[in-house]
Amino acid sequence: MDVEILSRIQFAFTIAFHYIYPPLSIGLGLIMVIMEGKYLLTKEKVYETMARFWTRIFALTFGIGVATGIVMEFEFGTNWATYSRYVGDVFGSALAAEGIFAFALESGFLGVLLFGWNRVSPRVHFIATLGVFLGSMFSAVWIVIANSWQQTPAGYHIVGEGMDARAEITDFWAMVFNPSSVDRLIHVWQGAFLAGAFLVLSVHAYYLLKGRHVELSKKAFKIALAVAIICSLTQLMSGHSSADGVAVNQPAKLAAMEGHFDSLAVADMYLAGWVDKEAGKTYGISIPGGLSFLTHWSFEAPVIGLESFPEDERPGQVNAVFQFYHIMVSIGMALIGLSLLGAFLWWKGKLFDHRWVLKGFVWAVFLPQVANQAGWFAAEMGRQPWVVYGLLRTSDALSKTVTANQVLFSLIMFSLIYALLLVLFIYLLNKKIKHGPDESSTPRELIDKRNRQKEMITSLTNQ
Amino acid sequence: METFLGIDYPTWWYLVVGAVFSGYAILDGFDLGAGAWHLFLKKENSRRIALNAVGPVWDGNEVWLVIGGGALFAGFPVFYASLFSAMYIPFMLFLACLIFRAISIEFRSKEKMKWWRTTWDISYSVSSILLALLSGIVLGNVLKGMPLGPYHEFTGHWLSFINGYAISVGITTVTLFMVHGAIYLTMKTSGKLFLKATRFVNRSIVLFIIAFIVTTIYSLIELRHLKARFDDNPWLYVVPVLSFLCIANIPRLVSKRQYMGAFIFSALTMSFLLILVAIQLFPILLYSTDPDANHLTIYDAAASQKSLGIMLTFAAIGIPLVLSYTFFVYKTFWGKVQMDEMSY
Repeated sequence: MDVEILSRIQFAFTIAFHYIYPPLSIGLGLIMVIMEGKYLLTKEKVYETMARFWTRIFALTFGIGVATGIVMEFEFGTNWATYSRYVGDVFGSALAAEGIFAFALESGFLGVLLFGWNRVSPRVHFIATLGVFLGSMFSAVWIVIANSWQQTPAGYHIVGEGMDARAEITDFWAMVFNPSSVDRLIHVWQGAFLAGAFLVLSVHAYYLLKGRHVELSKKAFKIALAVAIICSLTQLMSGHSSADGVAVNQPAKLAAMEGHFDSLAVADMYLAGWVDKEAGKTYGISIPGGLSFLTHWSFEAPVIGLESFPEDERPGQVNAVFQFYHIMVSIGMALIGLSLLGAFLWWKGKLFDHRWVLKGFVWAVFLPQVANQAGWFAAEMGRQPWVVYGLLRTSDALSKTVTANQVLFSLIMFSLIYALLLVLFIYLLNKKIKHGPDESSTPRELIDKRNRQKEMITSLTNQ
Repeated sequence: METFLGIDYPTWWYLVVGAVFSGYAILDGFDLGAGAWHLFLKKENSRRIALNAVGPVWDGNEVWLVIGGGALFAGFPVFYASLFSAMYIPFMLFLACLIFRAISIEFRSKEKMKWWRTTWDISYSVSSILLALLSGIVLGNVLKGMPLGPYHEFTGHWLSFINGYAISVGITTVTLFMVHGAIYLTMKTSGKLFLKATRFVNRSIVLFIIAFIVTTIYSLIELRHLKARFDDNPWLYVVPVLSFLCIANIPRLVSKRQYMGAFIFSALTMSFLLILVAIQLFPILLYSTDPDANHLTIYDAAASQKSLGIMLTFAAIGIPLVLSYTFFVYKTFWGKVQMDEMSY
């Protein structure tokens, strides 16, 4: 295999693995802020207990998120040196802003969030939790801006030629508010809230099924369900608005998402299907003219198809883009259905009466995760063959000095480490869930205090 | 070229990057150093206390690396691209160690089995040492220089990062972090563990001084380009002299039981050593050993004036903010380690 494919696999693999964790941190952050806020308002101990419990799970996701996140920053330089030279002036400033404004806020307050429960007042602790949550939200802002600039570049000009060419910033705010960044940011935030909400729903549904922590779980479940209902519905709107943007700014990507080839034809919207790229045909169940309607509000309007683009400017993996996009959309619909079912039962006062509903929520934890991954795969594979849309090809973005063997080495290394990491994560997550929230009324005494006092006495007497 | 207070933007950014990496060395230096000592602590309880001494802050300390990396990428993209692709293997190993270290801290105390804790203790300590060693090796290669071709791209062998000079800088870094980490442990522990930490300080200072002298002699003999600026401006010798005085002050303060003072002086040592590096190199970022001498200077590597201007504004707003959170966190956890049910 050559350097290009190995580097692409490595980047896709490391970023996909990383992206299991940040959405959970953002989503759990929101829910912890709500829990602690309710504790401050109501002074009911149960809200503090659940916030403490979720803090421990948050710590697990956050730790792995940080460790796997630095990998991407370094890979820009190690594997994609030409890309770094080309975009550093624009992309780098977004990345630097992320580090200094978002990540520092997040990690700075993390220590207080995790270890400060017995050291600061509930009010200060709430501020720390809010700081961590806002930090993770701002991280998403700058990262999505940087990625959106690759999708829809704006506020730059190209200086130099050939290997010396690079994009330089001309208008910072035009770069920040490039045509796709706001839609995509809202879409990413909502996806993250859903990932967090469905994890909370899953764990507390599990406790309810087992008859453990019943009162606490009912309260926590309702908090997460409210988040899920709001976000699954608004996600539909942000998704639609995002797709409208793709239709205008990246028509080749939209055509690949729906497997649409002929530019003169009306475009259908598929519920499920299969793209035969060689034959230029898509098979499946579709709503005739559906895509035309969604993009132009008319069932008869033609939509630009893949055939309008030269062969070397179309995404290489049309069927993959199609499938990932459809997985994301189908799951989005399923999440709406599940949330509305919950809302209906809640309204009827029967939210916790049906075991099958709770079982559904236990397993639904995987859905937002799969949808988040699929959405990113559709977005990134749909942008190919470009790394910066219309400006720089992925194949031209590599490090010229790095050989295939070096990349193979690091790819194997990351595969082994991440496999271990995933096993450990699941093992410890399971353990923490089995252990559950500490509902005993008296706070446990400082565990190692007595030991240490004994040690101090012995050391002093020995002197 | 635009200037601020008479200094051009690339030079300002060079100072910002230097300040951020000094911050990183001072902050992550002590938790890497404490990690390096971890296996020298034999008792389970001592290891837990040592781990919880860095527990609430190590993650915040690593932020400085993320910011430093971002600052290099944004401000000197050409340098970022050339250095990182030239040092592919060391950077990949660095990433592996960062991950192992994070998960060791996170997972070690989650199970009671002896084999589990021993495994993570070894992983934590070895990855802490390797992180210090690898940062030193990369710094050593930057100081030594490397062959650069057209567009300032590395043309050497992929294994050439392993060389005597880089390894000696690497070992110097490990020993310096160990001094720093041991002093931190004296501030955070009590009883026998505290007494042990004071012995660690004295031992590692001897090792550091030996490593530092070897590296200095090596630089003076082999790397003429590093000395050039000092030959022209002999008054600059005040910087290495100051760093040496700072080191010498540490054992004195430790014997007087002024641990906070000792910590400040080991932080000052690091800052002076990095200032020394900055003076030796400026304005070159990557010294080319190629006969064509295609050095990469801050002016070749810099982002546009516009971009640097934006980021200098970011730094002016952001760095005080970062320092204020850092101060708040350290104030919350000030004093000796106290364990509770949320501890590692």
